[in-house]
Amino acid sequence: MTILPDDKLSQSTTDTALENEAIREKWGDFAWTEENAAKAKDIVTRYPPGRQQSAVMPLLDLAQRQVGADTNTQGWLPVPVIEFVAAELGMPYMRAYEVATFYTMYNLVPVGRYHVQVCGTTPCMLRGSDDVLAACKNKGMIKGKTTPDGLFTLTEVECLGVCANAPMVQINDDNFEDLDYDIMTDILEKLANDEPVTPGPQTGRQASCPEGGPTTLKHMAEAE
Amino acid sequence: MLDDKDRIFTNVYGFQPWGIDAAIKRGDWDKTKDLMAIGQDDIVEQIKASGLRGRGGAGFPTGLKWSFMPKESKDGRPSFLVINADESEPGSCKDREIIRHDPHKLIEGALIAGYAMRARAAYIYIRGEFIREAETLFAAVAEAYDKGFLGKNACGSGYDFDVFVHRGAGAYICGEETALLESLEGKKGQPRLKPPFPAGAGLYGCPTTVNNVESIAVVPTILRRGAAWFAGIGREKNEGTKLFQISGHVEKPCVVEEAMGIPFRELIERHAGGITGGWDNLLAVIPGGSSVPLVPADQIMDAPMDFDGLKDLGSGLGTAAVIVMDKSTDIVRAISRISYFYKHESCGQCTPCREGTGWMWRMMERLREGKADIADIDMLHEVTKQVEGHTICALGDAAAWPIQGLIRHFRPELERRIREQAGANDDGDVLEAAE
Repeated sequence: MTILPDDKLSQSTTDTALENEAIREKWGDFAWTEENAAKAKDIVTRYPPGRQQSAVMPLLDLAQRQVGADTNTQGWLPVPVIEFVAAELGMPYMRAYEVATFYTMYNLVPVGRYHVQVCGTTPCMLRGSDDVLAACKNKGMIKGKTTPDGLFTLTEVECLGVCANAPMVQINDDNFEDLDYDIMTDILEKLANDEPVTPGPQTGRQASCPEGGPTTLKHMAEAE
Repeated sequence: MLDDKDRIFTNVYGFQPWGIDAAIKRGDWDKTKDLMAIGQDDIVEQIKASGLRGRGGAGFPTGLKWSFMPKESKDGRPSFLVINADESEPGSCKDREIIRHDPHKLIEGALIAGYAMRARAAYIYIRGEFIREAETLFAAVAEAYDKGFLGKNACGSGYDFDVFVHRGAGAYICGEETALLESLEGKKGQPRLKPPFPAGAGLYGCPTTVNNVESIAVVPTILRRGAAWFAGIGREKNEGTKLFQISGHVEKPCVVEEAMGIPFRELIERHAGGITGGWDNLLAVIPGGSSVPLVPADQIMDAPMDFDGLKDLGSGLGTAAVIVMDKSTDIVRAISRISYFYKHESCGQCTPCREGTGWMWRMMERLREGKADIADIDMLHEVTKQVEGHTICALGDAAAWPIQGLIRHFRPELERRIREQAGANDDGDVLEAAE
């Protein structure tokens, strides 16, 4: 076991404290934009009176998106933002913090402009998610890290429920399906160059229809 | 093979628009009021008679589940229908297709099912990662309100009914019904002890039934065409149609609606273009999503794909997520990756699961490289037995079964890796060292 010398220890504690202070300074005044305030109000009405805690998940998502819009990234949840959401719903901060830490879609550290979430679970693995991850790696991305230019954050995620179109990646709010190494590389290059990309199956097939056309209900594909 | 005229999900690939006008053209929302006029108890009876078993994996009879709901509220508590669209079981991708391409089947089903069980409202809990799918679902619900199909006097039936959509935020465990309810109440998704069962005290402590998306979405068609029609498809106690999701080593992975009990070979040949490299190249199949044990090639080839047919093989239909593995598969890695999934998704509430899933994964990784003892295989099996059945919810079981299936059917492969790593010949005995 290594024991840090006293000066090192206090150094790192001071660093964290300074960091926290900077975060509080930046996000301490967090409040809804006008548009999001209306959305938040609407969300709370989905639940019975007195049960507004149910809205904590959609509100944390909304807050993360607002942070994202502010920072031109996919957003994250600094502590003061979680405090704000808890206060909005009249619930203890710790209850909201528990939720923010339990679910994987809440980012507890900043992420990049593109959050590249490669599915690595068995159905995707069988169809080549290793190659998709390799494509990311060869573009300088490291699992769990954001590239130095702040453009890409790479995460290996668990099954995203698109198994008949494996392998797949979710980038921000869109799925890119039926990938291979070259297609993934191409998508990443286009994003880096601000060129448009088309979500969905990359082989041209329709959703989860068998490649080459449906084996059932063929008239549905033909009717206008 | 199922005839096109007997298929319920006619827009499963989204060749046609999902919107309400197109849905009405496809037959949805057609005289819904008349379906409700069948009467609450008679709707439940018809669903019982149709033989519909829950499509979320467990296969519990849907009509029977509904009948557990109270017929009148003695203490003023309302009842709720909660629809489980937290589709996260590796291999499963059917609810997504229903939601983004045929959402009105689900919404109409929610109204009818909610009415039958005397619910005040339905909450559809959709997994957080289905972002575009949730957008479609929100829009579809709004369309139904605009047409007067939901809300006060829904469809002119005199019954008031609301449908709300709630997005998750990334947690497999929320597919477990009581974890889902916790999550819907704005808490961590950790399963509750049962009893009380949701039908007694569920969402907000009120009587609640949790049903899978597919179970609810087929209800209007069953009522329109009659319980006998649905019951006439498939085998006894395994009636009806089912969305199969075929992934892995097939020529053309796809989602397709077929009759329950279709033989595996026919399902793959007809819709998925065959096994990669031909039938001789088939190694094993996980027939119902990651939590059911795998079945080796020779046993699955001509097996009927339904609840009882796969139970007879020591596996299960689960969500009918068929994961096909050919002989190029590193079978130990494939199962180890599933173990990692369960380690990642364990909610941490029960010790056997929280500690066991991590332990089992680490042991699986050692077995993958053969860096283990033969006796470790038995110890791993023993540990899976200690996790199975000793947790609040079924995630512990789900983590244990794939490993048990691997040991049951591929023990020689595990032992081969251990011997290879130890440097011995595949077929030779290990020599004893001289004293």
